[in-house]
Amino acid sequence: MRHAVPADDIAVSVRNVSKTYGDVQALKDLTLDFPRGQLTSLLGPSGCGKTTLLKIIAGLLPANSGQILVNGQTVAGPGPDRAFVFQDFALLPWATVIRNVAFGLELRGLARSEREAIAEKYIREVGLAGFEQKYPHQLSGGMRQRVGLARALSVNAQVLLLDEPFSAVDEQTRRKFQEDLLELVKHEKKTFIFVTHSIEEAVYVSDQIAILLPRPSRVHEIIRPSNFRDKGVDNIRRDPEYLDIVDGIWASLRSYVE
Amino acid sequence: MIDRSLTLKLLSAAVVFGAWEIAGRVPISYAFPTFLESMSALARMTFDGSIFVAYGQTLSPLAIGVAISAVVGIGMGLWIGLSARFEWLFAPIFVVMQTAPLAALIPILVMVYGIGLTSKVFVVCIMAMPVIVLNTAAAVRNTPASLKEMATSYLARDHEILWKIILPAASPMIFAGLRLGVSAGFIGAILSELKITPTGVGDIITFSRSIADYPSMYAAIFSIILLAVLFLNLLGTLENILFKGNNRGYVTD
Repeated sequence: MRHAVPADDIAVSVRNVSKTYGDVQALKDLTLDFPRGQLTSLLGPSGCGKTTLLKIIAGLLPANSGQILVNGQTVAGPGPDRAFVFQDFALLPWATVIRNVAFGLELRGLARSEREAIAEKYIREVGLAGFEQKYPHQLSGGMRQRVGLARALSVNAQVLLLDEPFSAVDEQTRRKFQEDLLELVKHEKKTFIFVTHSIEEAVYVSDQIAILLPRPSRVHEIIRPSNFRDKGVDNIRRDPEYLDIVDGIWASLRSYVE
Repeated sequence: MIDRSLTLKLLSAAVVFGAWEIAGRVPISYAFPTFLESMSALARMTFDGSIFVAYGQTLSPLAIGVAISAVVGIGMGLWIGLSARFEWLFAPIFVVMQTAPLAALIPILVMVYGIGLTSKVFVVCIMAMPVIVLNTAAAVRNTPASLKEMATSYLARDHEILWKIILPAASPMIFAGLRLGVSAGFIGAILSELKITPTGVGDIITFSRSIADYPSMYAAIFSIILLAVLFLNLLGTLENILFKGNNRGYVTD
């Protein structure tokens, strides 16, 4: 199931990255490519360093050694080419939905009318039209994460980094999110890097799945599902290839789960 | 129907004032006037203007002291909260200020700064500043890490993180510190007028007591409490206007 991808189609490239916290080796000599315009999942048991890797790509954590290339350029910190969606939403509780969505643009110095026009467009796109003047505490968990998603979309970064974005929302909302995410990948022409601990979720939404194993953390396997993506969202979960991949991943992760 | 919370407030005031009136009529002490006597003394002082003259004198050390405490206190609190080294250096000073028996220290202040405005401002500041500093520092240190991380990932510079994340996130605790500090400042202002030189409201209290005009004495005490309560309500309103939506806690809690 491995396919080589031409070098100019790689949006983000992780080269020999290592990271230690004190004595603990979080990542060891990790190399991984993220194809442009596709969704890659980082999947693995807890403690395998998947969130650490995502934060290093985001520039929120420094690596001890190795390189991160975005569009061929080495990056050392956060940049306008990447936008982050947080597991705990990280919304400003004192700001309305529209100010939260426009916050990335506010930090980039856009005039208020300009950034709010852009924010309104993405608020509509994530299905929150009419909630512009509400505060986060007035929204449900799923709606809060839609705000977080709209904020990431509105800065128009080429790479979206999603850190277990659906883990804090309920199962039904999560399924809807997963379907919406597939639409988004298809239409937004962005590169998505998606951290999850759910095998089913990873297989459902991903063009490419990187299985990370812990102690020391490394890329165990890269899986590229090929057949079921175009069969429609309703048919994915009963496709034989989908079921085989889910089972295969569980077989390789089973022994690492305490 | 009248607002329920207003009804409760009025009812609570009626209970307290009623108890005061009864206690004064019993009387529990000949030095304790009834509520109505105190109110008529207050009305008399209001109509002859003496209460306004008194507040003219009391408010200047109070206002200067509270203003200095708020500005310097929040500034120092931010600094202490942001820098571990600065905390090590300065936090103990404010802990000492907060716990020191102030009345016993006033003679030293008078020896150094005289009996004028400076000493009184100092007393107000010593009362008001520590809680503002310590609350602000604690609030800053407890800024949710994920909000700072979010701002960093969306390219916020350090001053933007301070103004757009740390300060608003700390505002509920800063305002709680301000409320406590301002209350203490009111106590400090009266204390300084009782212990340093009798002026303003402190003079009314001291003088009325010396001639056994207890209704006037309690009227003065009542008026300063009323002023403090009004000012604290004003602070609460200001907080709600500045940081709407912040009084409901963090959505991830």
